Formats: sequence, structure tokens, C-alpha cells
Amino acid sequence: MDIPYTVHARPDTGLYNAKVGIWLFLASEVMLFGALFSAYILLRVGAPEGFWPRGWLNVPVGTINTLVLITSSITTVMAWASCKMNQFGRFKFFHACTILLAITFVCIKSYEYHDKFTHYEVIFKDGRIADGHIVKNDPKADSVTISGHFVADRKELFDLVGPNAHHPHEEIRIPRDQILRMERYGPWHHTYLAIYFTLTGLHALHVIGGAIVIGFLWGPGSRMWKTDRERFTNRIEVSGLFWHFVDLVWIFLFPVLYLI
Amino acid sequence: MDAVAHDDDFRQHVRRYLYVFYALLFGTLITVGASYIPFGDHEINIGVALFIACSKAFLVAGYFMHLLSERKMIYGLLAFTCFFFAGLMALTVCSFADFPTSTFTH
Repeated sequence: MDIPYTVHARPDTGLYNAKVGIWLFLASEVMLFGALFSAYILLRVGAPEGFWPRGWLNVPVGTINTLVLITSSITTVMAWASCKMNQFGRFKFFHACTILLAITFVCIKSYEYHDKFTHYEVIFKDGRIADGHIVKNDPKADSVTISGHFVADRKELFDLVGPNAHHPHEEIRIPRDQILRMERYGPWHHTYLAIYFTLTGLHALHVIGGAIVIGFLWGPGSRMWKTDRERFTNRIEVSGLFWHFVDLVWIFLFPVLYLI
Repeated sequence: MDAVAHDDDFRQHVRRYLYVFYALLFGTLITVGASYIPFGDHEINIGVALFIACSKAFLVAGYFMHLLSERKMIYGLLAFTCFFFAGLMALTVCSFADFPTSTFTH
């Protein structure tokens, strides 16, 4: 038995099955990300004055990633339009661009994660605080070396965009027996980083999932073009809707996490 | 003849998509630029950034996702989503009256 309305729209709704399905899914996704944005607001408002970080993320890198994702959105919609105009070659080109841009986005995000996981705050037993990126951390050696700076007050670590924010970096060798606590900038370091990793990690999973689906439709899935063009075009539209949603989420994540 | 008209129609769409794309690129640069402008109150910076983000989201949803010319059923579905999303945010705002303590670590 054939499932009805997989290709042509149902007369009363004007929609084919997959389109209803993807919009229902996207509605649930809005609530998922909405809950996490709500958590972000609560954590931000709950942070004591001066202890919510500013400037912890690299704005130029985040901007480039935003531009990458926006570009992938236009290539996705162009791929769909190419299918509608029966230009399979152009579809292949545009979707290949989308996949490459998705990989670029994930690579840039990985670079940013790596930057955070190699960034340490070191509290000395005498109360001094050093902050910077690890240069040498051999567990067998009696010292660690970071490229960073000392701060007089821990509060200085939270505002990296203010007038007194710029600290010249130097290589600091720290004997292990002087270290009271040494913690990298992972999700456990601060509630800002916890929500940053949660939001961007979930978003990155969506990018990877979307890229896999688009990759399938670009590769083996594209054989359907020869047998059922209309259904294939519908699949491109549905995967495109998901991809645009991923872009839409990032449009909010970027200013919220990087700029304000 | 129909196929030609169909293709012309899509070429027009493609042109529109390109304009939206340029607007999104411009919007991104404006977002970054505006974040460095000292408006006096940081809350204004937050408002400006969110306003630009909402405008960009409108462009993506309206044109790339074709929401401006979508079917009634999708609008109905999104109306429910908006309702529940607004409820979620209202609950978040209401919670400020009885804020959970110790949500801040280190």
C-alpha cells in the first residue's frame, strides 16, 4: 500500500507529509532551545555584579563562523531552487558548498573549544592569581608554564573588554608546589561556560546532524533524482528547512554569547 | 511555455534570496559594530543586538524558509509554538520575583 501525500500536497492542507513533519519537529526544537535560553537568562541575572564574563570569546572568530553559516543558508536555498529549475549540476555544486561550509563551521567551533580547554586559571597558595594558556604541562615535571598574566583581583578576569582589560602576556613558570588550584576554562569553571558549552555543543550537534543528512542527499540519496524528481526536491526542501533553523538559532546565539 | 515561466519565476526568487543574503551579511557586521558603541547603558546594547538578531531571524524565516507565503496549517502550528515559547519566557521573567540563590559558582 502506498502512503498518500508523500509527494503531492494534501488538498485540504496544501502540504505534503514531510513538510508537516519537519515543522512539527522544528516547533519542538524551538522549545528545546527556548528552555536553554531561559536557563541562560536565569544564570546571567543570578550572577553577582561584575562576575558575568565579558569578552571571553573571540569575536572575529565568532563573526567568521556566523558568516560561514549564513553563506551555507544561501547555498542550501540555491540548491533547492536549482532542483526546482531542473538544474541537477547546479544543485550538486551548491549542496557540496553547504557541506564544506558546515565542516568549516565545526572546525572553527572545535578551534574555539580547544582554545578554552587550554586556557587555565591558576590560584597560588599565597593568594596570587595567574591566567593564561598552557604552554608546558608535563605531569612528570615539577612545574607548569603558561602564557598569560597575573591579576591583583579575580574580578579583573571577568571583564576583558573594559578600559583596564588589556594585560600584556608573558611566559610564567609556576612550580607545582605553589599551586593551590588550577582549573581550565571548561564547562565546570563558570556557569557562563556551562551554558556556553551546552548551547553551542547542542547547536554543533545539529550542524553535524544536518550536514550528514545533506551529505546523504548530495551523495547516495541523489539517485532518487533519476526516479522521482519531485519527491527528491521535497527532501531537499525539508532538509533545507532544518538547516535554516540551525542558522536561525545561531543568529541569536552569536550576539548573546559573544557580544552582550 | 509553462516551463519557461516557471524558470523565470524561480530566477526572480533567486534574486530575492541573494538580496536577503546580502542583508544578513550586513546585519551581522552591524551587530558586531553596534556592540562596540557605548550607548551609555549596557541594556541598550543588549536591546540593539537582539533587535538586529530578530530582524535577521525574520529574513531567514520569512524568505529562506518561505514563511511569508506558507500554508495556514503551518501558521497555526507556529502560533502554538509562539504561545508556549512566550509562556516559557514569561515564567522565566516571573521567576525573578523569587530568584534561586547560589546559581553562581566560583
